[in-house]
Amino acid sequence: MKFTLSWLKDHLDTEASLDEILYALTDLGLEVEDVTNPMDRLKDFTIGKVLHAEKHPDADKLRVCKVATDEGELQIICGAPNAREGITVVVAKPGVYVPGIDTTIGVGKIRGIESYGMMASEREMELSDEHDGIIELASGEVGDRFVDWLAQNDPAKVDAMIDIAITPNRPDALGVRGIALDLAARGLGTMKPAKTADVAGAFPNTINVTIAEDALTDGCHVFAGRLIKGVKNGPSPEWLQDRLRAIGLRPISALVDVTNFFTYDRNRPLHVFDADKVTGDLRVHRTLGGETLVGLDEKEYTFGAGQVVISDDTGVESIGGIMGGLATGCTDETTNVFVEAAVWDHIQIAHTGRALKINSDARYRNERGIDPAFNMEALDLATQMIIDLCGGTPSEVVVAGEVPDVSRAYKLDTDRVQSLVGMEIPAEEQRKTLSALGFVLDGDMAQVPSWRPDVQGEADLVEEVARVASLTKLVGRPMARVKAGVPKPILSPMQRREQIARRTTAALGYNECVTYSFIDKASAGLFGGGDDARRLQNPISNEMSDMRPDLLPGLLQAAARNQARGFSDLALFECGPVFHGGEPDDLRVQVSGLLVGKSLAKDVHGESRAIDLFDAKADAEAILAAMGAPTKVQVLRGAEAWWHPGRHGKICLGPKKVLGVFGELHPKTLETMGVKGPAVAFTLYPADIPLPRKKNATRPALQLRDLQAVERDFAFVVDKNVDALKIVNAAIGADKVLVEEARVFDEFIGGALGDDKKSIAITVRLQPTEKTLKEAEIEAVAAKIVDKVTKATGGILRS
Amino acid sequence: MEDLRNKYLEAIAGAGDEAALEDLRLQAVGKKGEVALKMRELGKMTPQERQIMGPKLNALKDEINSALAGKKAAMADAALDERLRTEWLDVTLPGRHRPQGSIHPISQVTEEVTAILADMGFSVAEGPQIETDWYNFDALNIPGHHPARAEMDTFYTHRADGDDRPPHVLRTHTSPVQIRTMQAQGAPIRIIAPGRVYRADYDQTHTPMFHQVEGLAIDKDISMANLKWVLEEFFAAFFEIDGIKTRFRASHFPFTEPSAEVDIQCSWVDGQLKIGEGDDWMEVLGSGMVHPKVLAAAGVDPNEWQGFAFGMGIDRMAMLKYGIPDLRAFFDSDLRWLRHYGFASLDQPTLHGGLSR
Repeated sequence: MKFTLSWLKDHLDTEASLDEILYALTDLGLEVEDVTNPMDRLKDFTIGKVLHAEKHPDADKLRVCKVATDEGELQIICGAPNAREGITVVVAKPGVYVPGIDTTIGVGKIRGIESYGMMASEREMELSDEHDGIIELASGEVGDRFVDWLAQNDPAKVDAMIDIAITPNRPDALGVRGIALDLAARGLGTMKPAKTADVAGAFPNTINVTIAEDALTDGCHVFAGRLIKGVKNGPSPEWLQDRLRAIGLRPISALVDVTNFFTYDRNRPLHVFDADKVTGDLRVHRTLGGETLVGLDEKEYTFGAGQVVISDDTGVESIGGIMGGLATGCTDETTNVFVEAAVWDHIQIAHTGRALKINSDARYRNERGIDPAFNMEALDLATQMIIDLCGGTPSEVVVAGEVPDVSRAYKLDTDRVQSLVGMEIPAEEQRKTLSALGFVLDGDMAQVPSWRPDVQGEADLVEEVARVASLTKLVGRPMARVKAGVPKPILSPMQRREQIARRTTAALGYNECVTYSFIDKASAGLFGGGDDARRLQNPISNEMSDMRPDLLPGLLQAAARNQARGFSDLALFECGPVFHGGEPDDLRVQVSGLLVGKSLAKDVHGESRAIDLFDAKADAEAILAAMGAPTKVQVLRGAEAWWHPGRHGKICLGPKKVLGVFGELHPKTLETMGVKGPAVAFTLYPADIPLPRKKNATRPALQLRDLQAVERDFAFVVDKNVDALKIVNAAIGADKVLVEEARVFDEFIGGALGDDKKSIAITVRLQPTEKTLKEAEIEAVAAKIVDKVTKATGGILRS
Repeated sequence: MEDLRNKYLEAIAGAGDEAALEDLRLQAVGKKGEVALKMRELGKMTPQERQIMGPKLNALKDEINSALAGKKAAMADAALDERLRTEWLDVTLPGRHRPQGSIHPISQVTEEVTAILADMGFSVAEGPQIETDWYNFDALNIPGHHPARAEMDTFYTHRADGDDRPPHVLRTHTSPVQIRTMQAQGAPIRIIAPGRVYRADYDQTHTPMFHQVEGLAIDKDISMANLKWVLEEFFAAFFEIDGIKTRFRASHFPFTEPSAEVDIQCSWVDGQLKIGEGDDWMEVLGSGMVHPKVLAAAGVDPNEWQGFAFGMGIDRMAMLKYGIPDLRAFFDSDLRWLRHYGFASLDQPTLHGGLSR
């Protein structure tokens, strides 16, 4: 909402400075977004007088002038045709910034003669487009500030323009008078009486208006209008044009400018029809759908069903409360005008405006809410202004519908400000504030002014009182702990798991990424998504069209971007939500890590090597362990298609309880995602780790065995596709008391064994519990191990 | 005897290597060495002579032994010195590489915010990100026609033909978590809800996804003055600046009443922003007393309970605190950015250890 200081002063009698007004506006909730103050911009320009002017010896079009200024006589070279002795001018001395040419004046030499400043044109000071010559003032004393002269002689030129942000609850502040009322309530001045008009109709109105039944209840509450005959349209007066231009509107003609003036002055949109272009009467009704209208913006609109429009006998002529039609709009030739002041249902306006995608000043105000009680007066005021500017004779008024009754009152509980806001404001001051805002107090009931649709309850009264008193004055008051003492932990087990997963993964050398929750359809499709349920209706680009089904596509894209920047060895991870459907509950938290390239950058110690799935496995196991996952797990195959079919594993607690997956990514997936391999990854599901059953912190007692443990190595030849874990598990199962640990320490494939065989070497640690093992006992266990492994895997002991 | 002593001490001192030293040991104090031979002679002596010569011979044996040990140690030292002289490595070569991971600023700042507000009794609540329009709008006093709905730049999910349900939305703020948590837990309640939110906007200062943290405190007598105290304490702790000034400005949000936008003190010098000093103000969050309609929608009786809510941008707080210039870079995963603005894995923010280094 834009307005100027002088416009504000039409309504507010105030001595407050611009800065005081700006501060109060923001503090009242009318946040100042922008201020343009020509007084600031032009404050260094002063008035001077040309004492002497003569032609520059080396240039026909230049003159050497002696100019009287507040700093004495200055020599200024000037190229303007009107630079001559005796005229009063505006001078920019060296050091002054000239906005129109974006230059700070310095001392210079022009064709060999020094110049100590500049005499300015209107365009150079951004006062107008005038640039035929320098300004000649009809009055003014040498040395006076030019802005002071302007304030006296041409105040519109130094009028400060203020732009404020209006929150949706404050339609009243979409009119300058509403803003003035807030400032007056704050104590920044007093309200000037509102203009009144009481226009008598000189003849019966001939354009009748009706509101169809289906539009009456929630379409158009009241439609008032009248004819003014014999107007002479044309440019509006300079003061009105200045006002409109100052707030960024283009003056069009007196009739149209009058409606724009009321829109901004009183938050009162109006419409004017060229009465001679209206055929028959006007009818407010709902559309059937398919009707069209070319609006005042010269665009054609096609209506859906049920939108509220104004039609004459030939069809739709205006979109009620949103935009008029081009065909019946007023032009310079208009001589008979029909003025409309109506109150439209604000919800209907919002729906229709949104459907037609029209953002007009009228829609903006009508959907937020105008003052319905002002309707008839607005019609008279507008009529009066049209007659004043364009002449003409007004008819009687035609009214369809009824002005809606919005009167309501709420109880003012003056203690509520204290209990809800925490401010001490005397009851009398609270009542004074509300009265100043237009509330009518009757005992402790406050009648809400008709222009404040936002006030809908007692809490709103508190808000008004606190707002006007200023929340800046609010003093903080300590909020006690719910319970005294050491605060209890507040994170849930899942929340702790996520934190631990993040920090463990980072400690393992991964860089945490936060990638977008949406991704392109093709990538989503590669990872099990891309369906309708997870598709966005209105994505901002094709790269962000689908909710991500997995973290890996985002990490792969990040890897591809980093590879393009020249980083080939990457360890990236993310911990965040993925979506396995389109419903609110379909959210799951994942932790995914991606390793690309070498395990280390090439280094002097010769330890750099290509990463492989065992890197990913080790990291996945470490992170799972940190999150509290059981150590006894199964590793199964058969995960999703984006993994290398033979080179991945699912870490499971049983076939359906998957805690995570690790492995190489499918070469095709990598290729499609544009990542140069090798690349391995893991994905973990923190929520699927069972919660620990125990409830206290006590550890089981440590069992230290003093008896000597014995290690024995075995090598088995098995088929190539036998899992080593099977051998290990069989060995462990051979003697559950004595076998403490079994682990693989060597793998050898092919060679003399044949292409389809491999040798797996394990070391088994036997820990006696009661007495030292004798050789015969060790041999017995070893035999059991060989037997078990052979039974489980078909392997034979390698001799 | 004095001759013997001098002879051997001299020879030991002059011995060239360990073998020579061993020869000398055998000659002097070995079983058949000269000292041993002398010892044997003791048996032929008178008791008086023996009393004099016995201790002398023992002393001589000790003296020779200790000279031998001393010389042996000196030789070993010399040999070690000689070996060490040849053992030289270029210590300017790099150490074995340890990969250096990092924590993203959003995770770090979320933990910082959580640490501070947990101490004031707020627990962490979470909620869906694909949300129904009721939770995202209606329950928060934003009815279908409300201009705020259009201004939110909402993302909608696709609805198949024939599915007449209103489309779900990507939550435009973390506020729906207020409703869900109050529905589940009732009042009194103190929660924060950090997380991703979505708005269809992308330019210099906006990304279609960013992070918010919502705060909610409902009890019998919580007032806006409590809100101001909580936020003042929060900003002082978060920015690690005692007495940082805050300013409450009247504003409007459909879900709070009264509503206030909150600014913190800052200065701009040569384009450099400094928080907690100077005369300028920086808008950092929106807040207010929870609207009675919102409490009612969440099943909490507004005649009995009242309290405040606030919401701020986590990404923005990270930018302000750590001087990170561009929001868009947060989501670009540029390794250089992650390393530069990221945090070490063990830099976990705590109140007792400090939030930042």
